[in-house]
This record gives sequence, C-alpha cells and structure tokens, in this order.
Amino acid sequence: MRKRGPIPIHILVFLGPAVLIYTAFMIYPLCDSLWLSLNNKGINGGQIFVGIQNYLTLFSQEQWSRPFWNALRNNVLFFVIHMAAQNPVGLLLAALLARRIRGSSIYRTIIFTPTILSVVIVGFIWKLILNPAWGISRTLMTIVGLGNLDAPWLGLESTALVTLSLISVWQNVGIPMMLFLAALIRIPDDLVEAARVDGASGWKIFWRIQFPLILPTVGLVAVLTFVGNFNAFELIYATQGALAGPNFASDILGTFFFRTFFGYQLQPADPFMGSTVAGVMLIIILIGVLIYSFGWQRRQQQIQF
Amino acid sequence: MQSRFWSTVSTHAVLLAYSVIALYPVLLTIINSFKDRLAIFGSPFAFPSPDTFTLDGYQTLGSSAHFELYFLNSFVVTASSLVLILIVSSMAAFALAEYKFRFNLLTALYLSIGIMVPIRLGTVGILRLTVDLHLVNTLWGLILIYTAQGIPLAVFILTTFMRQVPKDLKDAARIDGASEYRIYLLILPLVRPALGSVLAISMLPIWNDLWFPLILAPGEATKTLILGAQTFLGEFVNDYNAVLAALTLAILPPVFLYMIFARQLIRGITAGAVK
Repeated sequence: MRKRGPIPIHILVFLGPAVLIYTAFMIYPLCDSLWLSLNNKGINGGQIFVGIQNYLTLFSQEQWSRPFWNALRNNVLFFVIHMAAQNPVGLLLAALLARRIRGSSIYRTIIFTPTILSVVIVGFIWKLILNPAWGISRTLMTIVGLGNLDAPWLGLESTALVTLSLISVWQNVGIPMMLFLAALIRIPDDLVEAARVDGASGWKIFWRIQFPLILPTVGLVAVLTFVGNFNAFELIYATQGALAGPNFASDILGTFFFRTFFGYQLQPADPFMGSTVAGVMLIIILIGVLIYSFGWQRRQQQIQF
Repeated sequence: MQSRFWSTVSTHAVLLAYSVIALYPVLLTIINSFKDRLAIFGSPFAFPSPDTFTLDGYQTLGSSAHFELYFLNSFVVTASSLVLILIVSSMAAFALAEYKFRFNLLTALYLSIGIMVPIRLGTVGILRLTVDLHLVNTLWGLILIYTAQGIPLAVFILTTFMRQVPKDLKDAARIDGASEYRIYLLILPLVRPALGSVLAISMLPIWNDLWFPLILAPGEATKTLILGAQTFLGEFVNDYNAVLAALTLAILPPVFLYMIFARQLIRGITAGAVK
C-alpha cells in the first residue's frame, strides 16, 4: 500500500540537502548547458533560440566539423585500444590473483598503485620517460633488443594517440582487475574444485566455468571504460597541451570541448558551441549506457534464470 | 603435482613482471628526484649515492611556488567535500531505505543519474552558475561541485547497506520514544564500513581532479596541488631536478591515503559495482 497525502516533514529534512546540492550543481547546470546548445548569439548581442542549428553547424560546417570528426575518430580509437588492451590484461591479472597464491594481496596493491595517482602526474612521468633527451625508453628498448624501434612517440603524429592510450591503459588497468577479481572470488569454490576433480585443465575451467559466470562484470567494465574514455581530458592536456598536438593528432572530445567553450590562444571562448559539443558527448555516453542497461544487462538476467 | 608447481611459478612470474611494469616508472621518478643533474642524465637507473645526492629540485620548488598553500587548498577542498558528501548522502540514503513514500523510487532514480552521467558535461552551466553566485576562484565553489559529484554513488551504496540494518532495532527504538532523527543517528555507526568505502572511493577523484580547479579556481590563492603542479611542471619543463621533485611530492599524498584506506577502497569499488 502506498501512503497518500503529503510527505512527512522528516523525510523532506533527510532528503533536502542532498537533493538541493545535487540539483543546483549538477542537474541544473546540465540542463542549462543543453538549453544553451539550442541557442546562439543574436544580432544585438543577446541570446536567441536557434533549435538544432548549432548541432548542424558542428557536424557539417568545415571550420567546426573537421576538428569535431577528428576528435570523435580519435576518441573511438582511444576507446578501442582500452577495450583491446586494458580489459583483457585486467582480466588476466585478476584470473592469476584469484588463484590465491602466496603474496597475491601484495601484487594486487602494487598493480593498483598507478590507478590512484593523478592523471596529470602519470602523464608527466611518462612524458619524461619517453623524452629522447633523457633517453630512458631508448635504453630500456635496447636492453630487450628493440632499440631500433625507439622514437619520440609522443611527438609523432602517427604514434602520439596510440602512445597516450597505452599510458592510460597502464594507469587504469587496476580498475578492471579489481572488478574482475571481486567477481571471480564470489564464484563458489565447489564449482571449480568439482571440475578440477573431473580432470579439467585450468584453461578449460576458466573459459567454461569462471568466465561465463563473470559476464555481468564484463559488461560493467565495458560501460565504465566507455564513459571514462569519452569523458577523458587530463592526460592529453597534461602531456600535449590544450592543442592536443602534434597537429591535433591526439585531440579527443574532452580537449575539443575545453578549447571550444573556454577558448584557447586565437580561438575565442564560445559557450554556445561548447554546450553543443557537451551535448554530443552526453548523447554518445547515454547511448552507451542505454545499450548496456537494456541490451547487455537484461540478457544477462535472462541467462541467469 | 609437478604441473601444479609450474603453474604456481608461472603465475608468480607474470604477476611479478607486471608489478615491475606498474611500479618502475614511479620509482624511477622518485629515485632521480634526489640526484644531481649530471647523475640524472648520466646514470638514470642508479640509486642516489653520497656523491650524486642533492635536494636542489626541492629547493627550487620551495622558492618558486607556494606548494604549502596548494597543499592546504587541496586538503580543505577534499576534506570539506567528503564531510558534506557523507552527511547529506547518509541522510538521503536513510530516508530512501527506511520510509515508504510517494516518489521514493523516483527520487532514487533521479539521484542515480549522476552515477553514469559525468558532471563535467555540465561545465558550461556550472561556470555560468559559479559566476552568478560569485563562487569563481573560491574553494567553496569547488567544494559544492565535488559534493554534487559524489552524492549519486554515495547515496546508492549507503542505501543498499542501510536496508540491511535489522528492522527490530529501529522498532525497539521507536517504542522507546526515539524521534526519527535520533534513529538516523543510531543507525549511522552500524553502517560505518559502508561510510568508509564511500569515503575511500570519493576521496581520490576529488584530490586528483584537474578540470574544475583549472576552469573555476585558477587564481594563485585557490590553486589546488594538482593544478599548482601542472602549472609548475609546464614552466620548469627543462629543469629536471625541479620537475622530478614536484612529481615525487605529488605522488606522496595519494600513496599515503591509499596505504591507509586500501581495504575500504577495494570494498568500495566492489560495492559500487554490484548493481
């Protein structure tokens, strides 16, 4: 039975502060930003409603569309590299840690360390290590016999984005590792033991028993990676600057958004187009989240029953 | 038995190798921050020796930037945001877990939007709002934004835990004539592990953030440690001693917090993930 009538005052007191702060500093600005994306400067300097004109400008007018599609393309590649490198490595590490060998909590603590550092600091550390002036990467590459492959990776258009993606993978691999590990530990020991008694190999046990049981976590990791990647900014800004060099080769939506609404060097700040870029980012992230919650999660529930 | 042995050995080998990959860049930075310029370039992999040891970088740091001030700002912003997050979120979570009322589900859903939608996407609106409220270049602006950012996940985790508190306990208190506010205070210590987890997972994103300090509080008086470090690193990019010293100092606080809160952090990541 639902209670009717006004909500008791103490419930309002409990909910009030959280709802107020959250609404004022998160939901209202988001809505304000979406509203701004449907407006532009009028002739007399005021603000006029222009509908989806800003979005059309962003998608098709050369001056806007070239950097926009470039940033979106780069961002997709950024995400693909995370999915191909970060999450499988995280899964492998989690599977090894789940074997409960001696010292596994020490390994876990060490491997998670980069994840707790600021992206700015991580970016700078790698910038130093990859800087040919210091020569750390050249020496290390020579030791493993790949010395002739060494190059100023962050400075070349062809390699900057991939290098930055891998730095980000290096930093964030701890998150999927922790999530996969938590899921693997929840699997009852009996299941794995029974298979082992039946003579199944570790490889087979992993793919036939453990992996199917942690599929919900695979989906969660994918959506968290998606949201994190399409919202990324700091790593590129800290290592390559707001212009995401060389020649915009490492520009992603976050840096493009920053330059657009904040202005940079010769480019004046434009809150209307900035909001429009944020609007597109919001749509992209919502699509990802919706696919996850209605496609993946629902199918998982059906499998479980 | 033989194959079991080799599988343990190879597990150790892979984990050890990856641990080196994870830690080596950080150690290299710390080690070299204590060496003179010649040794940094001449033998970057060596530990500092009495001959090469120097604190030059740290001296440059002390004389050319207000890192004590930046550190204090970061501390005030992070601590205040965390206190606010814990208070307002636990109150909201208590209401959502304890009472049946109209809009209960709707309120829970409304508050959970922020779990997946990054607050950054509203930056243009946030900037306009902080300008209107005269909160630009104030720590209060940052504190309120980080509180708003932290509320969704905190409410979600705390609601789950508050639902598990036995009903008998609350009913007994009610029979004794305790007010609803009193009961909330009674429940709070019982969900301490959940509060710890919320604290641990909310802490580092606030401490480590660059975006909002850069946009809303770039003034010298309100710079946070990360923004201060970022500006300093950009200016002193060719002074390796100073850069390495700044990086080392910036590494320490999160590592310190991590050592204290590792257990809560791991539990928090898992609690937030089990949806």
